[in-house]
Amino acid sequence: MASYVLRRVLLMVPVLLGTTFVIYAAVYALPGDPVQALAGPDHVVTPATAAAIKEHYHLGDPFLVQYWHYLTGLLHGDFGIDLNNTPVSAVIAGSWPVTVKLAVMTWIIEAVVGVGLGYLAALRAGRFADLAVLSGSSLVLGVPYFITAYVAQIVLGVKLHWFPVSGTDDGWPLSYLVPALCLALLGVPEIARLTRASVLENLGADFVDTATAKGLSRSRVLVRHVLRTSLVPVVSMLGTNLGYLLSGTILIEGIFNLPGLGFQVFQSVQQHDGPTVVGISTLLVLVFLLVNLVVDLLYGVLDPRIRLD
Amino acid sequence: MTSALQPTTPAASAAGDAGPATPAPARPAEPGTFSRLMRRPRFFLPLAMVVLLCAMAAVPSAFAGWFGHGDPHQCSLEHSGQGPTSGHPFGFDVQGCDLYSNVVHGARDSLSIGLLTTALTLVVAVVLGSLAGFFGSVTDMAISRLMDVFFGFPMLVGMIVVLETFSVHSILSVSLVLALFSWPVLTRIMRSSVLATRGLDYVTAARELGAGPLRILLRHVIPNAIMPVAVLTSITIGGVITAEASLTFIGVGLTAPSISWGVQLNSAQQYFTVHPGLLVFPALFLSLAVLSFVLLGDCLRDAFDPRLR
Repeated sequence: MASYVLRRVLLMVPVLLGTTFVIYAAVYALPGDPVQALAGPDHVVTPATAAAIKEHYHLGDPFLVQYWHYLTGLLHGDFGIDLNNTPVSAVIAGSWPVTVKLAVMTWIIEAVVGVGLGYLAALRAGRFADLAVLSGSSLVLGVPYFITAYVAQIVLGVKLHWFPVSGTDDGWPLSYLVPALCLALLGVPEIARLTRASVLENLGADFVDTATAKGLSRSRVLVRHVLRTSLVPVVSMLGTNLGYLLSGTILIEGIFNLPGLGFQVFQSVQQHDGPTVVGISTLLVLVFLLVNLVVDLLYGVLDPRIRLD
Repeated sequence: MTSALQPTTPAASAAGDAGPATPAPARPAEPGTFSRLMRRPRFFLPLAMVVLLCAMAAVPSAFAGWFGHGDPHQCSLEHSGQGPTSGHPFGFDVQGCDLYSNVVHGARDSLSIGLLTTALTLVVAVVLGSLAGFFGSVTDMAISRLMDVFFGFPMLVGMIVVLETFSVHSILSVSLVLALFSWPVLTRIMRSSVLATRGLDYVTAARELGAGPLRILLRHVIPNAIMPVAVLTSITIGGVITAEASLTFIGVGLTAPSISWGVQLNSAQQYFTVHPGLLVFPALFLSLAVLSFVLLGDCLRDAFDPRLR
């Protein structure tokens, strides 16, 4: 177990290096002069000031040297300083609670609704509930979620006044409910289908017959034996879904004006603020990798047949 | 956004176990499959929509002129934002152009990007997936780690960062960026499919008869392993169209002089309270297009991939 965790953590190193390198290289290649961007478009920068700024931010160094400076800083917990002279870690500290609240809420909705619908569909396979879940999930997949988000904002917020239109003034959970629901639409159809397929497969498995033959009640067999084993691929999907979920926060936080990490990424890209983009993206990647490690460790808990070594 | 681009887990996970069940989808479907499919409304309705959309993209003027005002660039500001009138069933956009004609012309860019990106993705997936699955060892290590890097970060973040470095946002550049981030999903499926195929008896037989690796790969492995990837084409197109619309909607995809649904949705943001049609009509066409491709893809996958029945 310990050696498995160690190996997984070591495997994360090249992935993390590759990812930061790709992002850093892309941001480095962004058009425009960062010194001018820092001073504002109309400000005349004297050569001496420009040189001082370049010196301070290591802008004159070759690309690989800059990347090395960045990487060593990162290892010391220093995400760099953005172009407004605020440490990127401060920007992250200010915005991560918003994204975490949104992501956790979305995750809970995805898991509960997705697994619930998939389980229902599998138990009623071929009947009305099953067909409704299957066709409903195709329909949800077919409509881009940012359109759903826009329509939900107009209908539920602007027209009906049931929910706050935008911003986080009403706090958790009210301000996050509609955004989280819209974001969950990304994952619910896939999770419902996967749960359905997985439950259907396990319903015919030998260990289910054994459990029934032992005289266990139907509900105990269904929940403790079938559902628990069926959750293995679903949990793994919830892990990989986190990547899409984090991407989705960019659009959803933009539409609903939630000042989270996604919102910051989008703003920073437009302002050519490299350090913030790289810093937040790196953080998102790290979270994604860690969550997937935890998810893999959970396999063994859910399905006793799986041994990690 | 890219929900259809997600690793379609049933196929991916099932193909992952190199079990004896896997060669089934590799066998081309019986001759009756297509005619059997054509009798199902679930198949021919989305197919008809897809054909209609392709016709609309190929010759937009034939469809745009139905109400007498086919030129999307014929605008007069006095009609800015007006509702439907005779000859203008969808009303006018902010510039006073006929909205119906604009929405019809929007099909071309979305479909071009969808088809081009999917073609690029398929080529990369088949080549890299075959190499990784067939040769294994170092090749597999390198390609798999590269996939991990791309799986590693939230796609939308990556696409925004890379698109910002491009000064020209044309159909080609947007397609290239979309393909850059969508190849890993299909490559992973192709890899597992090749892994399952390469151990089969006829491959061993070919090797024993003295066939070289290239011949085995091209004549025996790829034709028999490509099915799980090929059936995902239609779903991928749907996902790509959504992704393009999301990028354009944020403002990093196609920009104003091009006519596309994403651009129309982007410019509708400020005006939808005055004229909801600006948001509703492009959104409706976009959703119909994505829905048709996703439903068609679902149906094809069910028909040609018996594992998922």
